[in-house]
This record gives sequence, C-alpha cells and structure tokens, in this order.
Amino acid sequence: MIESRPRGGAAAVPSVAVGNARLRFGDTLLFEALDFELAAGSWTCLLGSSGVGKSSLLRLVAGLARHEPPTRVSASDGQPLAGRIAYMAQQDLLLPWLTALDNVLLGTRLRGQPVTINKVAEARRLLDDVGLGGRDGLRPAALSGGMRQRVALARTLMEDRPVVLMDEPFSAVDALTRIRLQDLAARLLAGRTVLLVTHDPLEALRLGSRVHVMSGFPATIGPALIPPGPPPRPVGDPAVLELQAALLQSFTA
Amino acid sequence: MSRDRPVIRGLVTVIVLLVAWQVVVLATGAAHFLLPPPAAVFATLIHQAPRLGHHALITLVEILLGLGFGVVLGAAAALVLAYWPPARRWLLPVLVVSQAVPVFALAPILVLWLGYGLASKVAMAVLIIFFPVTAAFFDGLRRTDPGWLDLARTMDAGPGRLLLLIRLPAALPAVASGIRIAAAVAPIGAVVGEWVGASSGLGYLMLYANARVQSELMFAALIVLGAMAVTLYFTIDRALRRALPWQPDSLPDFNQEK
Repeated sequence: MIESRPRGGAAAVPSVAVGNARLRFGDTLLFEALDFELAAGSWTCLLGSSGVGKSSLLRLVAGLARHEPPTRVSASDGQPLAGRIAYMAQQDLLLPWLTALDNVLLGTRLRGQPVTINKVAEARRLLDDVGLGGRDGLRPAALSGGMRQRVALARTLMEDRPVVLMDEPFSAVDALTRIRLQDLAARLLAGRTVLLVTHDPLEALRLGSRVHVMSGFPATIGPALIPPGPPPRPVGDPAVLELQAALLQSFTA
Repeated sequence: MSRDRPVIRGLVTVIVLLVAWQVVVLATGAAHFLLPPPAAVFATLIHQAPRLGHHALITLVEILLGLGFGVVLGAAAALVLAYWPPARRWLLPVLVVSQAVPVFALAPILVLWLGYGLASKVAMAVLIIFFPVTAAFFDGLRRTDPGWLDLARTMDAGPGRLLLLIRLPAALPAVASGIRIAAAVAPIGAVVGEWVGASSGLGYLMLYANARVQSELMFAALIVLGAMAVTLYFTIDRALRRALPWQPDSLPDFNQEK
C-alpha cells in the first residue's frame, strides 16, 4: 500500500498551538491556563482517563466547542485553522443511507463541489488503500465495525486536510482489529499534523511521536514522552511495554 | 413460499370471521335488518358493484387528496418549526390546541364553509393527517445525531446542504412513521365528512342505506371501506419500506416476511 501524503505538499502542514485554554462544562471548570502544542507533520497523542477533558480539548482545536476567553488556537503559519482540519470520532459517523463510496464523498458534496470522475476515482482508490476495494457499493449496515471505521478513515483521507483530529477512533473495535487499524492509520496519515486522543496507553505509545498525559481537576497536561523508534511501533517492543507499565503505574498510584 | 404466508394467514382470518358471523346469524335468529347473513351481503356486493364502486372511488379520491395535502402541509410546517424559532414559540401551542378539538365537532363548520362536495372532506382528512406528520417530522429533524452535525461542520457544510444531505434523510424514518399513522387515520376524516353532509361517497351510502333499512348494502359498503383502508395502509407501508432500505427492522418477524 502507498503512503498517502497530503497532496498539498509537506510545506503546507503547520503545527498547532493551543494557548491559555480555559473550558467549563456546566459549572465545573475542566481546565484553565492550559498550553498545548501539536508538532507539525507528526502524531501527538493525548492520553487520559475518561471525563478528564481530553475530548473537549480536541473539540476546541476542531472549532466544535465555543472558545472561552482567553483561549487561543492558532496554526504556525498564521492562517486560520478552519477548513484545514479533518475529524474522526469514536463512532464511525457513517450515514446509513449512503454507500461506502458516497460516505467517502460526503465532504465533497457538503461543500457543494462537483463530484467529478476524478473525485470518484480518488474515493475508490482510498477505499482500496484502507483494504475495502470492491466493497464501495455496500451500505454501512452490511459492514463490520472494523470495516466501518476503515470507511471513516478513507473519508478522513478524502478530506485531504493537513491537520487530522482523532477522538478515540479505534476504541469501539476488538483488540486485533484495533492493532490493524492503528498500523493502517499510522501509514496513511504519516506526514500530517495529527492529534490522537485516547485512553489506551499502548495505542498512544505505538502511534505517538509525542505522548502527553492529561490528568487532574482542573486538568493539566504533562511533559512529552518520546517513545524511541518510528511509529507504528510493534506491540511487543520492549521500550513500548516498559513505558506502558510505567504509565499504568502512575495512573493507578 | 415465505411471501405467501401472510396472504394465507389473512385468508384464514377472513374465513374464520365469516363462519363466526354465519354461526351468530343461525344461533340467534337475528332479524335480517339487524344482522344480514354473509351470503346476502356478498350477493349485494356483486349486484351493487357499480354503485359501490362509484361511491368508493369518490371516498378514495378524498382520502388520497387529503393524504397528499396533509403530508405536504405537515412536512412544510415541520420545516418551519425546525428552522424558525419564533414559530416554535407561537405556532406549536396553537397546533397542539387545534388537536384537542375533536374533528367531529369541526365537520359541520367545514361543510358549511366548503360545501357538500369534495373540498370539505379533503379538508377534514388534511386536518386529521396534518398533526401526526408534523410531529413525527419535527421530531426527526430535531434528533439528528450530533456527531453527524460535528462532522459536517468540520467539512465546512452550509446550512442548506446540511439540511438536504444530512438532516432530511436522517429524519425520513420518522416521517415514514408519521405517514403510516396518517394513512391509517385518513379514511376517518373522509367518512366523517361524508356523514355530516354529502351526496356521494361510502359514508353517504352507509347513512342512505341505514335510513332505508338496507342492511346488506350498509354492510357491503363497510366491507369495501375496510378493504380500501387496509390496502391503502399496506401499500404505503410497503412503499416506505422499499424507499428506506437502510432503516433497520429489529423485529425478527418483519424481516422474515420480506
């Protein structure tokens, strides 16, 4: 399979900085004066237990949550982030009435861009890349959970955005499928600025160039852990396993 | 094979009911004009077929027109409610109150305003159909999966395309439920309208036969009306099922019949 680098070219991939972020959920202060950075062209993983506010932080970057002052979200090239992010969630968010192919083409249609032969061919190729060649006419109901998440990955790639935000995208599938999907995503999204939010230390350590732990109320973000070796790292990698053990211990302590 | 089973079940039910009817007639010796035997009603169905057909056609047209206008108006109202907040505050209470007034009570007024012809019956059917369609569609529009809306926002979707490509199709299963209810209640509107004031239609024919103690004709009209309503419901149900193939049917029974 081919690595699918952003067609815009590596120069167009910015880093993203979140500065002085503050967010409340109802009356609870989730975090305050929070600084966080996504390095350009690599995977940053944000690890934390559920409810700590990591998804909220991702939504803040995605422009899906309202910015509370004095929160700043900016790209290193000074251009606005809107229109340059792709979003992948824990649910596949496939539309049940559309075929796999039409689901991949959803963004094109939503923006009112013409669905040209080239676009269709590209969507087919991306479905091929995620291992679903020949299944583009099937509706989501006819696909397994893992296959649906593959379609969602193809849809994310079709958006061809330099910044990709993923909110526990592989947590709803079984362990084996999860590892295959992680490998696939690592290969296909290489070269983009990726934020992966997860509660699975192994996932973060396999995929992240930098791994941050988010914890506490209000939440703070720890310093970057930098696992050795290029992602995706093997499941049995001693360094990965050692770091995983240390992380789990620090969580349960 | 599996396609025939519901038909066979239906036939068995009809035969059992006919036998029970005949048994009641024989056992009680009920006067002919109170409960005519099935054979007599059947004979009337055949003898009077052209007359029954004429009146049935008129009732059918009233029902279909009512259903068509009711669904279109109901859908339009739901869209207005969903996209124009003041309508929710001002129109929704009015709609709910309008449903609290029994349609039977409105029938004489409608006949007075719209005359003895088709219009008053169609208006009646529309009044009955309108609300279930509006309520179901509005509910469907309100309950779009928030995840889909988030996704669409990151894809830079405009409000028009969001409605057309996500909100509307997502609401279709709910609309279908509304239309099913509408199909079941539409005949009520038409027939009530005919009772209050009409010169044709099955409801009129039943009152006419009743006044002249032609019980066979009354029962024959009732059977035609029942058959028409049931056929209408199942035709619409089947068409909706076919139009929305992605809609999950979690009742195992329904899947087997397909």
